Amino acid sequence: MSAVQVATTFETVRTPDPASRPIKIHTANVRVTYGQKEALHGVSIGIPEKAVTAFIGPSGCGKSTFLRCINRMNDTIAGARVEGTIKLDDQDVYDPDLDVVELRARVGMVFQKPNPFPKSIFDNVAYGPRIHGLARSKADLEEIVVTSLQKASLFNEVKDRLNEPGTGLSGGQQQRLCIARAIAVSPEVILMDEPCSALDPIATAKVEELIDELRANFTIVIVTHSMQQAARVSQRTAFFHLGHLIEEGPTDHVFTNPLEQRTQDYITGRFG
Amino acid sequence: MTEAASPLPSSRLGGTEVRKISKVDIGLKRRYAAERRFRLYGLLAVTIAICFLAALFSSIVAKGYTAFQQTRISMIVDFNPAVIAPDGDRSPAAIMGGNAFRFDDLIAASLQKTLEIDPNDEDALYDGLDLLSKGSAPMLRSMIAKDPSLIGTKRNVDFYATGDVDSFIKGSIRADIPESQRLIKDKHIVLIEKLEKEGALRLAFNTGLFTNGASTRPEMAGVGVALVGSLYMMMVVLVLSLPLGVAGSIYLEEFAPKNRWTDLIEVNINNLAAVPSIVYGLLGLAVFINFAHLPRSASLVGGLVLTLTTLPTIIIATRAALKAVPPSIREAGLGVGASKMQTVFHHVLPLAMPGVLTGTIIGLAHALGETAPLLMIGMKAFVVEYPTTPFDPSTALPTQIYMWATEPERAFTERTSAAIIVLLAFLLAMNSLAIILRRAFERRW
Repeated sequence: MSAVQVATTFETVRTPDPASRPIKIHTANVRVTYGQKEALHGVSIGIPEKAVTAFIGPSGCGKSTFLRCINRMNDTIAGARVEGTIKLDDQDVYDPDLDVVELRARVGMVFQKPNPFPKSIFDNVAYGPRIHGLARSKADLEEIVVTSLQKASLFNEVKDRLNEPGTGLSGGQQQRLCIARAIAVSPEVILMDEPCSALDPIATAKVEELIDELRANFTIVIVTHSMQQAARVSQRTAFFHLGHLIEEGPTDHVFTNPLEQRTQDYITGRFG
Repeated sequence: MTEAASPLPSSRLGGTEVRKISKVDIGLKRRYAAERRFRLYGLLAVTIAICFLAALFSSIVAKGYTAFQQTRISMIVDFNPAVIAPDGDRSPAAIMGGNAFRFDDLIAASLQKTLEIDPNDEDALYDGLDLLSKGSAPMLRSMIAKDPSLIGTKRNVDFYATGDVDSFIKGSIRADIPESQRLIKDKHIVLIEKLEKEGALRLAFNTGLFTNGASTRPEMAGVGVALVGSLYMMMVVLVLSLPLGVAGSIYLEEFAPKNRWTDLIEVNINNLAAVPSIVYGLLGLAVFINFAHLPRSASLVGGLVLTLTTLPTIIIATRAALKAVPPSIREAGLGVGASKMQTVFHHVLPLAMPGVLTGTIIGLAHALGETAPLLMIGMKAFVVEYPTTPFDPSTALPTQIYMWATEPERAFTERTSAAIIVLLAFLLAMNSLAIILRRAFERRW
């Protein structure tokens, strides 16, 4: 794509949510700069509650950067600066009074590569509740771990070896363990940064099924390179390109009837 | 290799033209030859290194193993109360006081009896006394002071032979060289042979080597004080440099902003690791002794100086170990809402621990063998008494080796090698501990 075309686009094409779900995360004009380079040029989007929102777009389009703004994981990157507003419910995420640790307990995250702690399966899931003091007793903690593993549809596979290291599981199981670890602290939002890119198709199918189940209780934002995956799991889709949010709307609408030429080009595989 | 290479040329040729794969020269022979050559160089280098190491060790052990045995002359001593306690006071204080020569008389009496010397033959007595260490009388005295109940009894006592007799027995002073050039004269040899025949003279394990302090007489000299001094220093170094080094590296690696100042600090730490250790010795002399007025020759000051030399090593090793922890673990920790500190201490540091320990032990091993800075702060002193605290004067193993190496006696030469063996054993023990600790902390993923 030529740069001229990007520079002329300022307005995101939006299609409203037919189900009109309440908005969980409001963002307005979010800009991210790494040193001198601006990676996101002002993104405004509303992310609906208890639904799956997918961010798609070619590599380097800023979708992961935007995702990581929501729980302030970009804070850890030296030289990254975030402008604009991101609100979780009515709470400004970048409010200097806001405790980032509390924010991350409310907004959990699952990463591209499964990254369980080199500890037992039990300790992996129990770590979050332990540091946040969510369990009053040992029995409480065990219950949290078991329900989290059940919600992540992993419990039946690991119930006999909770004390074995989490790193000994298969890739797909590890990723579901990471999801269990994230939901153990009962967050409101779960951010997933290409959660299936390191998994085989069968493990991917399981994780996708899980995402669909989790939608009932959590607000989920997923970054994915696979358009099929976005089409399968999400209710809303946002298409990013070169640091701009080009189009957002109901998933079926975006995939079957995109309003923007570039969205059409991308989902039909003309570039990417 | 060939299987992988074969489809490529044929597909390039479009499949119509048939060409034999062997005709395509992709330099396989040359590449394999280069690999074989490289392996050979490696093998050669390792072999040479092992040869040198073997030569070094065998020379040290060959020179030093004799020092672990020592010649003793055992004689029956009559603990005559009239000589030991002429005024009847048998308290340790009274024994340690009074005329020092009365204990020489005891030894002379038992020597006359053992060698059947005519009590009036003074020359023969002095020839006999030449065989015994000059430290024998003080040894006998402190032995009685420790156990006054010996007074009035007759006991077999093991005396040390002099270093020269010891060397003669071990064969490093040979009888076939002219008497004028020999430290052991013919008259002594006669007495030695007589003692050997009676079974009074024999070789025994040299416990004094490990328990005694400094002495001008080689037979009484040991590395005891140096061992304790080195141990105290290692404790000071460990207690100071491990927490300081690890905390410093964690701050620099995980918390400090990356800017010009931290870059400057990093460059300086790397430079400090390369500063000659004697410079640290000068620094210690100026700051710890002249300015802070800490005691001279104390293992505390030695430990402080060695801490300075060790810190850069530990910091560099720890930072490397922290850097090697995959960032995904940090993200995982932060992602579930752990604070930065919790992430570092719960997840990053445990994974970096094997590397941290390896670095620390390497630093400690380095510090253990460090000599130059200790010479600057006076740990090259003549210390007989054991240091009871790190504030007391003491020496260290490497400085003890240095001091003995400058002594001319044959018995000191073998002790120098023996002290090197002790130092190497100390190092080996520390390194084994490091390996055990590393195994214990290592986690699989």
